Amino acid sequence: MIRLSVPLRQAIAKLVLPLLIAASFALMLLGKADTVIAERARVALADLLVPVYGILSRPVGAAQDAVAAIRALTDLHAENARLREENARLKRWHDVAMALEAENHALRAVLNAPADPTPGFITARVVADTGTAYARSVLLSTGPRHAVRKGQVALDQNGLVGRVSEVGSRSARILLVTDINSRIPVQIERTRARAILAGTNGPVPRLQHWSDGMQPQPGDRIVTSAQAGAFPAGLPVGTVRAGPGGVMEVELSAELSRLEFVRLHDFGLSGVLPPEQVTRPEAPARRRGGS
Amino acid sequence: MALGSPRGGLARQTLLQRLDAAAHEAAPAALGIVLIMLSCLPPLVPGQPGLMPSAGPAAVYFWTLYRPRLMPPVAVFALGLLTDLLSGAPLGVNTLLLLLLHAAVLSQRRVLARQSFLLVWVAFLLLSSLLLSLGWLLRVALAFAILPVMPAVLEFGLTVALYPPLAWLFVRLERTLAVP
Repeated sequence: MIRLSVPLRQAIAKLVLPLLIAASFALMLLGKADTVIAERARVALADLLVPVYGILSRPVGAAQDAVAAIRALTDLHAENARLREENARLKRWHDVAMALEAENHALRAVLNAPADPTPGFITARVVADTGTAYARSVLLSTGPRHAVRKGQVALDQNGLVGRVSEVGSRSARILLVTDINSRIPVQIERTRARAILAGTNGPVPRLQHWSDGMQPQPGDRIVTSAQAGAFPAGLPVGTVRAGPGGVMEVELSAELSRLEFVRLHDFGLSGVLPPEQVTRPEAPARRRGGS
Repeated sequence: MALGSPRGGLARQTLLQRLDAAAHEAAPAALGIVLIMLSCLPPLVPGQPGLMPSAGPAAVYFWTLYRPRLMPPVAVFALGLLTDLLSGAPLGVNTLLLLLLHAAVLSQRRVLARQSFLLVWVAFLLLSSLLLSLGWLLRVALAFAILPVMPAVLEFGLTVALYPPLAWLFVRLERTLAVP
């Protein structure tokens, strides 16, 4: 250690605070000018912390389950009756769905139209809720060897959650659909009218910019639209409800308040619709193999 | 580090003593880091995500007020940077806010440290209201867009409401530190 005289050391100690304040401004400029560096730093920290969060979030998950179980006990009877009724209704729908699927197959066979490819998916655990008053995101623990890519679509068991915004070596961050920077092309299922789902940082995102004369009605189902090629069409998003001041809000199907696992779907979309969505590539010929 | 200053040949510190002293000096900042990390855990009771405010302001306020030597500017900066990186906020916003809080408390320390808990809490309320409004303005400037006010107000309310339990925790730690 270098020995410094006392006055000099005091002078340095006084300078530290202004210097660090200046450094904060420098960081702000740097983060604005070079977003890659900020992202790399965030990803590196997330990679470092995800194992810790993976362990810490387990007791939290157990406690959450316990709270949910106790709540469920109190209204077991009513819940049971509701489920019976719902089950009866769903059975009827199941029959309808089976009939429609058979008809769909038959029609596809007649038209020679290929079925939509079933996308592969990865399931990842949500380990941290990194949202603040200004941003909504969650951190996933993906494990060391994963195939998560930026832009992948994240769903929980009920509907759309968000998109992958950052990917590290064992972590990934999802920008939730409620984030103020989130804009998602959607479709009103009833009218096929297109609109934009805009996050507000609040619990319910808003519907904006729908086509003229296609006013969405409360209760309409909202699904994703393939417009702009960022999302595949038809993923469930939520239902419309009238918010305060005539704003159309979307009650999300996904339960963002208790995300535990999300499915990351790879639809192979990266902004522009790739040609294989229209004509599927032929299976690679394996002639060179034997020789 | 200042403890390493020579105090005569007899009082040379052993390695263990040095480690102990280092642990004492690092304890407040370490607790701050742990609390900031904990505030990012999924909420116990399902609620609105992202509601949990950062423990950063409370930690910086308390330690700067009562033990400024244990919360040096560099530690404040580190806590702010951790908050920024974890929350995906624009870099530098939380570091600046926490450093300003640190500077403000340092300047008023002599008066504030002698007040009752209630007054100290009210001072925290006033300071954090200034701080979080400044934070909101900074973010609006950095994003070139008007951001909703309501989440920020909610964050402010929770930050202030969480101060007493956090202060209780800090007082506990402070007492163990006082008896070496």
